[in-house]
Amino acid sequence: MYQYDEIDQTMVDERVAQFRDQVARRLSGEISEDEFKPLRLQNGLYLQLHAYMLRIAIPYGTLSSQQLRGLAQIGCKYDRGWGHFTTRQNLQYNWIRLEDTADALADLAKIQMHAIQTSGNCIRNTTTDQFAGAAFDEIEDPRVWCEIIRQWSTFHPEFSFLPRKFKIAVTGSPNDRAAVRVHDIGLRMHKNATGEIGFEVIVGGGLGRTPFIGKTIRDFLPKQDLLSYLEAILRVYNQFGRRDNIYKARIKILVHEIGIDTMREKVEAEFAATKDGALKLPQAAIDQITAQFAPPAFEKLGGVAAEYANAFRTDFEFGLWARRNTFKHKQPGYSIVTISLKKEGEAPGDAKAEQMTAVADLAERYSFGEIRVTHEQNLVLPHVKQSDLPALYKALKAYDLATPNVGLASDIIACPGLDYCALANARSIPVAQQIALRFKNWERAHDIGELKIKISGCINACGHHHVGHIGILGVDKAGEEFYQLTLGGSADDRAAIGDLIGPSLNAADTVDAIDTLVEAYLRLRSSSDERFLDTYRRVGLTPFKEAVYAAA
Amino acid sequence: MPLLKNGHIVGEDAFQPVADDAALPASGAVLVSYARWQAEKDQLSGRNSPLGISLPNTVDVLDFGPEAERFDLIVLSFPKFGDGRAYSQAHLLRARFGYTGELRATGNVLRDQLWHMQRSGFDAFEIPREDAAAVFAKALQSFSHVYQPAADGRVSALKQRLAQKQSGPQKKEAAE
Repeated sequence: MYQYDEIDQTMVDERVAQFRDQVARRLSGEISEDEFKPLRLQNGLYLQLHAYMLRIAIPYGTLSSQQLRGLAQIGCKYDRGWGHFTTRQNLQYNWIRLEDTADALADLAKIQMHAIQTSGNCIRNTTTDQFAGAAFDEIEDPRVWCEIIRQWSTFHPEFSFLPRKFKIAVTGSPNDRAAVRVHDIGLRMHKNATGEIGFEVIVGGGLGRTPFIGKTIRDFLPKQDLLSYLEAILRVYNQFGRRDNIYKARIKILVHEIGIDTMREKVEAEFAATKDGALKLPQAAIDQITAQFAPPAFEKLGGVAAEYANAFRTDFEFGLWARRNTFKHKQPGYSIVTISLKKEGEAPGDAKAEQMTAVADLAERYSFGEIRVTHEQNLVLPHVKQSDLPALYKALKAYDLATPNVGLASDIIACPGLDYCALANARSIPVAQQIALRFKNWERAHDIGELKIKISGCINACGHHHVGHIGILGVDKAGEEFYQLTLGGSADDRAAIGDLIGPSLNAADTVDAIDTLVEAYLRLRSSSDERFLDTYRRVGLTPFKEAVYAAA
Repeated sequence: MPLLKNGHIVGEDAFQPVADDAALPASGAVLVSYARWQAEKDQLSGRNSPLGISLPNTVDVLDFGPEAERFDLIVLSFPKFGDGRAYSQAHLLRARFGYTGELRATGNVLRDQLWHMQRSGFDAFEIPREDAAAVFAKALQSFSHVYQPAADGRVSALKQRLAQKQSGPQKKEAAE
């Protein structure tokens, strides 16, 4: 894992000092709330419905045990003993006092963490595949590139006041688990015809009120040119992105309005002028970062571990969990374990301090002290020996962390919604909780199989509803909370925006409608191997629509 | 409006702003609008005294850049502190077109943005504070290192580490 050196540590320490001074100036009245707002936002501090919320960056979703333990302690000290994991692979504390923020950031700096650029119109935390460095299907560890991007984008003097926020995601695997086609810039690592590894560069994807699937601006970009190319895109965007309307300010609107070909012309011209300059990455610099992501000291293992095979045979619940919550590792004898933060009836992504501490301890014991945060709001232990899986399962169960529902109907992405958020039109969490309870029966849930339900409490789409197999969007209808359903969205390598199914429904009817949609799917699917999404793609909207609105 | 130049308050601006409809003084440094420059290029080029131009932040610097060297002062504007177009204009003028004259920030110039502006190539600031020199000095000390090359030519952390590893000398590098 990447460790801060003296340079990194100095930078976060200096940032804390700078912010402490800014908060003092705000509290003394020297600067107005208007002037303070962009300063606090670039330090991750939002004013929510009931309190300040502090968003902590978890660069590319990678945490050490020490860091996760520290996050739990900070959650106890300054929040109410909770942390909330988000779709940006970040962590939010929902109950922070302004006066405490500089101290909280100072505590974070001690564990090599910060809240830099987790908000504001700047380049945000770069996200990636939560299985990076572990997945069997990976071409190359994308975290190396995320770290290079992290450094380049941190306190970028030219790009700290962009038209709007800017999100970059990287995948190192052909099976996209990082949703790169719905980011401002998506980077997909692949091999070209000569076997060289580089990036497909995708630009102008995004969700929000005007969703777009990103377009390819360059098929293949050599690695050493990555930063020059990113800077070229950002420079074009900073100058020509719209600033007259906040809702039209994302790069996706610029790309849409001028067209991808004009965009490409401008970016390529800028790139041509800078590619052999100071941003060109020397191989030695790439090597230096790559060395920090060296694989852990895996044991050489062969065959299936007896403990694992035995538990699979004799312990039915373990078998369910192992089937749903583990993923194939590149190292024989190891598995990637996803820890569901979606126990039915709980708020998606929430973790108690004692759960975070427990995961930190278990990671130390079973996963080389490494933890990942997923954009689907779960945690991952990336490197677990298969022979350790039964013991790990038992330990997780004791902390309510062994819900065997990864990828199932109850593994829902939900934004904080009207329970916390000042922008929301409707609550998300209670709807997620009720749907999850509806699919609690393991037999039915496992029979339904993969089904991604995503809920946003408003049109800003923090809950990624556009790319849910079933998407749910909260709307305000004459003061009442209503929900619009979309079908067929997907954030993977075949990314698609969901289709609106019909008029919005109230909360109770929405939960019933999800049930109806699932029943329709079970009737329509060609076999139990055909996922909900595949059935939808095959049969289209009509039979689902008829099922939901038949009674009306 | 106090003018801060290279870290010091300048008593009087050497450049006299001239409105588009006002006659040009016979001699002396003047500051004219981009529109006036467009309309009176020949006349303005013929003057024998320093020339300054105010560039709106909507001007594409790739078009204007080749003319930059004719000027002794270019004023870029921040209509609101959140409107960051002039950062890219400044970068391009310095790094792409090699402009070496005064680059002045005007408009909603706040102390917390001085660090960004200085790194992007600005060396003069219209900033409505008595203590402008002190806050500027403090702003420059915000961070001991930089993570990316910019118009100021500082060496990025990435290359600083390489240099440490090879224990070679650290050189300033061009931004592009």
